[in-house]
Amino acid sequence: MARTVTAQRKAINTGVAWVIGLLIFFPILWTLLTSFKTEAQAIADPPVWFFFDWTLENYRVVQERSNYTRFLWNSIYIAGGSTILGMLVAIPAAWSMAFVPSNQTRNILLWMLSTKMLPAVGVLYPIYLIFIQLGLLDSRFGLTIVIMLINLPIMVWMLYTYFKEIPTEILEAARMDGAGLREEILFVLTPMAIPGIASTILLNVILAWNEAFWTLNLTAARAAPLTAFIASYSSPEGLFYAKLSAASTMAIAPILILGWFSQKQLVRGLTFGAVK
Amino acid sequence: MEHRKAFASATALSLVMASGALAQELTIATVNNGDMIRMQGLSSEFTEATGIELEWVILEENVLRQRVTQDIATSGGQFDIMTIGMYEAPIWAERGWLVSLDGLPEEYDVDDILPAMRAGLSFEDSLYAAPFYGESSMVMYRTDLMEAAGLEMPEEPTWDDIAAAAAAMHSDEVNGICMRGRAGWGENMAFIPTVANSFGARWFDEDWNPQLDSPEWLEAVTFYNDLIQEYGPPGAANNGFNENLTLFQQGRCGMWMDATVAASFVTNPDESVVADSVGFALAPNRDGVDRRANWLWAWALAIPAGTQQEEAAMEFINWATSKEYLELVAEREGWANVPPGSRTSLYENPNYAEVPFADMTLRSINAADPNNPTVDPVPYVGIQFVAIPEWSGIGTLAGQEFSDMVAGRQTPEQALERAQALVQDEMEAAGY
Repeated sequence: MARTVTAQRKAINTGVAWVIGLLIFFPILWTLLTSFKTEAQAIADPPVWFFFDWTLENYRVVQERSNYTRFLWNSIYIAGGSTILGMLVAIPAAWSMAFVPSNQTRNILLWMLSTKMLPAVGVLYPIYLIFIQLGLLDSRFGLTIVIMLINLPIMVWMLYTYFKEIPTEILEAARMDGAGLREEILFVLTPMAIPGIASTILLNVILAWNEAFWTLNLTAARAAPLTAFIASYSSPEGLFYAKLSAASTMAIAPILILGWFSQKQLVRGLTFGAVK
Repeated sequence: MEHRKAFASATALSLVMASGALAQELTIATVNNGDMIRMQGLSSEFTEATGIELEWVILEENVLRQRVTQDIATSGGQFDIMTIGMYEAPIWAERGWLVSLDGLPEEYDVDDILPAMRAGLSFEDSLYAAPFYGESSMVMYRTDLMEAAGLEMPEEPTWDDIAAAAAAMHSDEVNGICMRGRAGWGENMAFIPTVANSFGARWFDEDWNPQLDSPEWLEAVTFYNDLIQEYGPPGAANNGFNENLTLFQQGRCGMWMDATVAASFVTNPDESVVADSVGFALAPNRDGVDRRANWLWAWALAIPAGTQQEEAAMEFINWATSKEYLELVAEREGWANVPPGSRTSLYENPNYAEVPFADMTLRSINAADPNNPTVDPVPYVGIQFVAIPEWSGIGTLAGQEFSDMVAGRQTPEQALERAQALVQDEMEAAGY
């Protein structure tokens, strides 16, 4: 029997949800507001809220000083590339673990997850040296591979959870109809798993977009993505909060918009399998 | 047929190589400080004159330091010019990580570099990093508040003068004094060691035994702590350069002791509400101690060994740290915006002498002696740091203890006792 919810309780819940939502959103809102202020207004005490002379000056300066398009393109390349490459590996891997498990499947899954527990800085030097040897420093390709490998455990785990939900009988039926392995994965499994695959892709694009340790450490000028673009506006001796805010807004805008339009998919994908 | 193919590909290859050589490009790592931004803006003139293209990698200070250290230690070859500080220059030069700048042309006039800066950036009498701008620290104070309190700030104050001024200016609206409290070897540990020097304390004796258990250290740290607790802003344990700059520009500090380079910010009417009522004084000392609490630092340009473009990099450094560059900035942006603290000739220039903080900046820099940072003899070089590779670790650990003290979590005695133990452990582990 479903619990009855009184109107009053509903109103309270809604109110609380809004308050929490706004609290979480506040830093982004403040960054956005600050990006339209002058540097003096940005540090004003008491703070200025909405009533100031809105200016696009910071955006102009940032545009003038940095090659935003190049940073943006690098971010798209790295986030997109690492996700596509990762899916090419993760889909077959998750398929085999979900539908033809062996005694070791559970151990392999846990082992993969354990790599996420290693602090990244612990392997910085080995990877840096390998990159020097292979001439991959400051290359988008090298970074794409590293980001792909870092996110691979999450991709496999997510896909594995979705695939487990698909009844094996359907795959068996396809096999009886004469479908080979390729057809089975491509024409039967994939269409059914589309929501899961879509949310895995989305989450990985977001993770890769926001990744700031490897992208800062393995790039210099050519392959640097938007994370490096933001970092370049922080100053040890000088106040550039308004410009920093403008740069941050420009860096997070694309991914925020993507997240906004795909939030249904994202929420569904993230909560899928949570209520079994 | 085969021959023709081979010839064609050889021609293509040589064309590719030639175009690579023509479009010469330097990668420069630097920080986002105002003077560097100006350099970036003006650098198109350099490209026009030489045909050398520039790629700028601008990073947050700590990221920059980690990034260039990692690259230089592994010969990654990502950068042709690095912005480094006075701490790194002699250590890296000794390890053979930097190209000596002895090859700079005669016109560069290396003797014009301020002696303190040159000493701090050299190793075995060779310059290894060219100062882009240099700084010491000094007292910046509100002339209007001092006047209202009926006090006058001496040009060479003692700590007693500072304490009296802080007490007089302190009110509900204004904090008597703002000082660094945030943990970090480039944050509170740039400041506290200078206070220690001005009380006659030292980090190590001649045999590298840590001296933080000395009475001088206790006196210095207790004084600093009392001052910041009584007259400092709330939450001072989190304040670094930028936080204090913000407070001062808003008119919330009666005094602020920090880098001389801040003078051009606090006197800039576009940013600072107190721009026309700021006075400057030398960093203080304890009455009778022959050392003042001022540090010495330079943001300098260096060429990592192993760059493929040493010649072009040298050419850029020759441009960016030259006398002509200072004039170029003056012409475009005014004398107050010229990068300070690098060259003697700048301070001899009558136009620059009119800048309100020029004289006090020079006096502060000249008052700093990195070879004799405190009263007693020490085995190390450096004023607000100790120029050994272990320092960044030691400074970070000790800085945390002092920041905890400012936050009220421990007493000066406890902070010093723990810092002494930490330093001792680190030094023993390092084999001293």
